[in-house]
Amino acid sequence: MTTTNATVDNGVNVGALLEAREALSEAPEAAKFEWRATCKWVNGTHSNTTIQSFFGLGEEQSHRTEFSYDADHPELFASEDVGATPVEMVLVGLASCLTAGVAAVAQHRGIQLNSVSATLEGGMDVQGILGIDSDVRNGFDGIKVHYDIDADASEDDIKALVAQSQKRSAVFDIVTNPTNVTVEVN
Amino acid sequence: MRTRCVIIGAGHSGLAMSRCLSERSIDHVVLERGEVANSWKHERWDSLRLLTPNWQARLPGYSYTGKDPDGYMTMPELIEFLEKYAEVISAPLKLNTEVMSVTTDASHYQVATPQGNWECESLVVASGACNRASIPAIAEAAPASIDMITPMQYRNPDQLQEGGVLVVGASATGLQLAEEIHRSGRPVTLAVGEHVRLPRTYRGRDIQWWMDALGILDERYDEIDDIVRGRNIPSPQLVGSPEHSTLDLNRLTTLGVRLRGRLAGFSEGKAQFSGSLRNVCALADLKMLRLLNTIDEWVIEKGFNTGLGPPQRYEDTEVEESPPLLMDLDKDDIKTILWATGYDADYSWLDIPVLDRKGKIRHDGGMVVSPGMYLMGTALLRRRKSSFIHGAEDDARDLSAHLQAYLNNKIETPEV
Repeated sequence: MTTTNATVDNGVNVGALLEAREALSEAPEAAKFEWRATCKWVNGTHSNTTIQSFFGLGEEQSHRTEFSYDADHPELFASEDVGATPVEMVLVGLASCLTAGVAAVAQHRGIQLNSVSATLEGGMDVQGILGIDSDVRNGFDGIKVHYDIDADASEDDIKALVAQSQKRSAVFDIVTNPTNVTVEVN
Repeated sequence: MRTRCVIIGAGHSGLAMSRCLSERSIDHVVLERGEVANSWKHERWDSLRLLTPNWQARLPGYSYTGKDPDGYMTMPELIEFLEKYAEVISAPLKLNTEVMSVTTDASHYQVATPQGNWECESLVVASGACNRASIPAIAEAAPASIDMITPMQYRNPDQLQEGGVLVVGASATGLQLAEEIHRSGRPVTLAVGEHVRLPRTYRGRDIQWWMDALGILDERYDEIDDIVRGRNIPSPQLVGSPEHSTLDLNRLTTLGVRLRGRLAGFSEGKAQFSGSLRNVCALADLKMLRLLNTIDEWVIEKGFNTGLGPPQRYEDTEVEESPPLLMDLDKDDIKTILWATGYDADYSWLDIPVLDRKGKIRHDGGMVVSPGMYLMGTALLRRRKSSFIHGAEDDARDLSAHLQAYLNNKIETPEV
């Protein structure tokens, strides 16, 4: 299962990942990362969040460039709709995390991917966020992910890829398990 | 008192090693805090049977000779088996001799007990892998009104209050106790994390027969790609019962046990479960399927088909459409939480810096980083079968040979 087939290329440098894994199991302190975002209110429900610095491997790190994300709400909520809604961004995070995982696991298992696409649906009863019914939660009542994967592997091996990707996914963990959130002001 | 080797623990591992040292005429003693098979005698539940069939019960120079080779030993039967073995091999036992501390001065080990101190050149730690129930930190946040119990204290359902029980953990222990407690009229909710699903029998043979035949149990620690992960694989969902029945999550669902995700925490009197139940079940179903495929391929490749049934496939684990993520413990009448979340070894008496940051002894196939010190009976110590009763034999033979060479030449134990 773990041989890296030289003819398989999903664009993932598994060797480097395995080396990093080995190095970090020797030096667990270096494995402590901090991910950051900076958000500025623009107007109405429109905000802009930028991402650049993070901490890891024992020191400050930086992305090659600053990334910028506008978030807003659709017009039917009387907003300007200049960006995706924050909950859709959660779907972005989940989809991209699982998909990256599929590619990495496939490379590790020597499976050539030809195409991978995912469709995500997060169901939500907005009575929660509107304060209409306190029994309705604010967040998703469930998320459905559907993968279409064309790969040089059996159906069960493809299913196992997707299962393993969920097992190792940070965002899947964040979404499926509670996390303490501390919000301070000034 | 002086001897060449002290073995700590008179369970199957310690006794197997004692026999191998006797064969090599190495002077030694076996120190045991209680009696032979002490953990099996005092720290297991009443209905427990071994997960391996009787024909697999063998130790160096000794094997099962009873009438039911395909059955699974009860605890009294296993205790008798080990007591007889101790007698047959004339193990130099010091019972009711609890080791209080072990230190070293580089050439010798000092073993302190209330009955006196031993000095020896080599040491075998065979004190067991399951000395303490391992309970996750989230247990501290559980409502104080709820009884908590571990499998080390649990004997039978009558110990528990009437009312619902939350069983945390879905390995062999969790599943066995969930079934027994639910059948006693106490409705069980089972929190399910990653697990290993196996049928008890496949194509008419015990699953352990297949693992043995395919050589899986003999896979060596140094041939396994990720040994840390290998050593942490939870025990498969198996039960040893006279009916040879398969115990899986589907069977529990049929009985009425409610399956929930991994227990994530407690908040305001509610238990929170992970939303990953579907995936942990899919992982286990797919992994079992890969094993069954491997077995079927092996049968074809070897042309082995005497008395075998046809290939079998099992229903995927049934998970309800939206498993609830919260449970109000009070409203749901949960009176007891049973932590079937694994076991740890207790090395609190070991005053030699050989533990890793997870509290496990650092070793290379049982050869501990401290020269002349050996470990027995832990998961995947030298082979996949190392934690099984019959796994002690090959490990004891290998390690006693190394130990003798160490005593003769003082060879260095390789660094891990």
